[in-house]
Amino acid sequence: MLLRVAERTVILLVSIAVSSLLVFGFMVLLPGDPARVALGVNANDELVAQLRHEYGLDRPVLTQYLDWIGGLVRFDLGTSYISKAQIAPQIADRLQVSLILVAASMLLALLIAIPFGTFMAVRHQKPSGLVLSAISQIGVAVPAFLAGILLITVFAVQLGWLPSGGWTPPAQDPRLFLTQLVLPTLSLGLVQGAVLTRYARSAVLDVLREDYLRTARAKGLTPMRALVGHGLRNAAVPVVTVLGLQLATLLVGAVVIERVFFIPGLGSLLLDAVGNRDLIVVQDVVMVLVVAVLVVNFLVDLLYLVIDPRLRTGAR
Amino acid sequence: MSQDVLRVDGLHVQVGELELLTDVDLTVQRGERVGLIGESGSGKSLTALSIMGLLPEALEPRGSITVTGEGGRHTQVVGAAERDLAAMRGRDVTMVFQEPMTALNPTMRVGDQVAEVMRIHRTVPDRRAAAARAVELLDKVGLPDPAEAARAYPHQLSGGQRQRVVVAIALANDPALLICDEPTTALDVTVQALVLDLVVRGVEARDAGMLFITHDLAVVASVCERVLVMYGGRVVEAGAVHDVFTRPRHRYTRGLIGASDLDLTREDGRLYTIQGSVPSAGRFPAGCVFRNRCTHATTLCEGLPPWDGAGPEDGFACHHPVVVKP
Amino acid sequence: MTLPSGFSRLATGLLPAGGQRSRRAVGATIAIGGTIVGLIALVGLLSLVWTPYDPGAIDPTSRLQTSSAAHWLGTDKFGRDVLSLIMAGSRTTLVVGIVAVGVAAVVGVPLGIMSAMTTRWWGEAVMRANDLLLAFPALLLAIMLTAVHGQGVVTAMVAIGIASIPSFARVVRSGAIGVMKTEYVLAARAAGRRPLAIAFRHVLPNVMSLVIVQASVSFAIAVLAEAALSYLGLGAPPGTPSWGRMLQEGQELLFVAPRLEVYPGIAIALAVLGLNLLGDGLRDRFDPRLRDRR
Repeated sequence: MLLRVAERTVILLVSIAVSSLLVFGFMVLLPGDPARVALGVNANDELVAQLRHEYGLDRPVLTQYLDWIGGLVRFDLGTSYISKAQIAPQIADRLQVSLILVAASMLLALLIAIPFGTFMAVRHQKPSGLVLSAISQIGVAVPAFLAGILLITVFAVQLGWLPSGGWTPPAQDPRLFLTQLVLPTLSLGLVQGAVLTRYARSAVLDVLREDYLRTARAKGLTPMRALVGHGLRNAAVPVVTVLGLQLATLLVGAVVIERVFFIPGLGSLLLDAVGNRDLIVVQDVVMVLVVAVLVVNFLVDLLYLVIDPRLRTGAR
Repeated sequence: MSQDVLRVDGLHVQVGELELLTDVDLTVQRGERVGLIGESGSGKSLTALSIMGLLPEALEPRGSITVTGEGGRHTQVVGAAERDLAAMRGRDVTMVFQEPMTALNPTMRVGDQVAEVMRIHRTVPDRRAAAARAVELLDKVGLPDPAEAARAYPHQLSGGQRQRVVVAIALANDPALLICDEPTTALDVTVQALVLDLVVRGVEARDAGMLFITHDLAVVASVCERVLVMYGGRVVEAGAVHDVFTRPRHRYTRGLIGASDLDLTREDGRLYTIQGSVPSAGRFPAGCVFRNRCTHATTLCEGLPPWDGAGPEDGFACHHPVVVKP
Repeated sequence: MTLPSGFSRLATGLLPAGGQRSRRAVGATIAIGGTIVGLIALVGLLSLVWTPYDPGAIDPTSRLQTSSAAHWLGTDKFGRDVLSLIMAGSRTTLVVGIVAVGVAAVVGVPLGIMSAMTTRWWGEAVMRANDLLLAFPALLLAIMLTAVHGQGVVTAMVAIGIASIPSFARVVRSGAIGVMKTEYVLAARAAGRRPLAIAFRHVLPNVMSLVIVQASVSFAIAVLAEAALSYLGLGAPPGTPSWGRMLQEGQELLFVAPRLEVYPGIAIALAVLGLNLLGDGLRDRFDPRLRDRR
């Protein structure tokens, strides 16, 4: 078991390294000159060259890369091209906000997916199951930011029950924080919930067909107890798989949601940087997002080892 | 009558318009070992599932199935509430299925799975007693190092070992009736005899009744006292094993016996086979279910052959039975 | 070296199946999905030659009108006809989807086939890199590309296309591996047929059904990504009509004219729904397990 954990850790580190190459490569090696873009197309060549020097863009590519990586490891993410401020503290602040939003949404998604997915699987050829299936199809088709806008329309505009956006740190005003958290979480969580529900349904359906469930019934377990006691743990495996990957989608969905609800998270930092052509910030934020996804997937893999004993010894 | 652990009367199972089982009667008494033979598609597994009350929802059973457990506890399976059936399964009647590789929950330790059946029916006072008894049972079924085995997961055991675990689960609560559905078919030949022996000894030790379902005539001959032959969703012949196998009366039984005897050949030197193939579920001919494959069929066979025998344990249903010359 | 098992597992087909669908249900799903997509395509084509009004025609005197005989869906804050905008917007959606899926398929399919057919080390290496790229959502890639290149429809298309390559590559690779094991391919190889010939004559036709299903799925993702990009102001520029952009422009008027958000919203959801249904239906239709059942 320990061997597996060590193995996964090595994979994580290698993945981070390779990702950094990809991100760096993408940003730096593409045609387009950040300095010129920052100064404008018609800028004086000398000024552009000067800015390039300031940014360190005239150094060899390898040096730039190593410098950047070195900084990352020390949590020094450089300074913004535009504001000249340290990037790392900004990212740290914003990251907290984004993490709260993403965690709350993922929790909601799971709370929706597990019961509904199970229900739909158990009733999969009956009217109630089919109706829910149709609803989940629609849920999957609606982008989270659209759900956000529609939710604002209903709950903030028409009913006035909830604020239409903004963010207050929980320590400052817990009540306001919570009311502001509701709609963004619903937007992300409901849509993500619809996606997860379909996977959960499929996983439970597969389990329902398994022989060991029949054995469980033959022992004297009622269908519900058999499903809960034997089925869910086995159904968890494919659902957990999806969870990890869906997190990347959720993080990115959160980027857009932050715009909809004016939330100062990592996403808005990214988008502002894009608007300002602050490429080093873009690079850093993307890297942080990628590392976040990789770390979560690593944790998910560890979770597998806990859930499915077959993976511990490498047997299949 | 008071010795019956299982009494099936007029069992019919139908799905939509199709009749899958028709007019099935059978009884099993305490300590009796009854075989149920037939090819795939004959309805034997369906009969077993009906007895357990584990038919898929779309299938509608009619008739009577009475299971009698310890202390005379009767359960009428047809139309029973799930709660009552759940109390019966694993306690009064238990089942060993065909496929050991997939019968156990891969994410649960073997010992826990054995202990579970006792905790469900509270046949032991608490968890620790259940765990201890589970290890005892694993020992009784012949698993080496039972304590270690109890902590193992199914994928760490071989097919034969897993089937032993399944047998342990089935015998844990000292059931009145054990149903085995092809329990050794999926096992290596070397292991088959061992598991069979295990099952028989287990049943004997508890004076339990056993319904043994298989297509393998040799196994039935060695293990069972009585046998029923099924075809087309009906029981076509029944009797003592020795009698049925040496003097089969129904043409289908005759065909089966002949086909499994590799030393017996026809005049032209070929092995005996039954011509044609088994029709798909519910699509058997009206009247005698076997008539479209029977070399002795006549127009008389378009009518249902009546049961000719003392009772459901001994008789046959054929218009042109095999006549044994005195 | 293996990447986090999550990536590989997901890609190799744990996608939600429709359960045990009857042939009729599958047919219905394809029909409904196909009809929706077809309608949108028709509207898009139609908008090339005719829309009720010029989508770009600004008319300050007719601002923010509700539905009327003159403007079936009303007008926006600039007085532009909403129906015309929706119709023209469908073009952007379709074009981005087609180009993105085209790019992804043109690169991903050969990549997948090659990696399945080769025994050399780079076959595996390509797939590992593929897995890593698979984790990159299209939106993130598009944002990065926009940061370097500035906003634009082309940027969006290329980014979404690149982000969709790994899905195609992986799906095609699994299919190709299966084909390589079949007897007729083994026979062809034994007969000395060149790999390229085998790829074209045997592998490609047999993975086509997988490619079509994936195209449908990726198209849906592309539509969502384009909408999000345009909403963020990173996709279609102000001159180009786009459903996502309409959502962004209308948001400030949410308290006054929420309908301006509802119409493009429905358009987007409908497009994605249609594509999803089509993809699900096609996947079930092509599923070899279902094929054998009568």
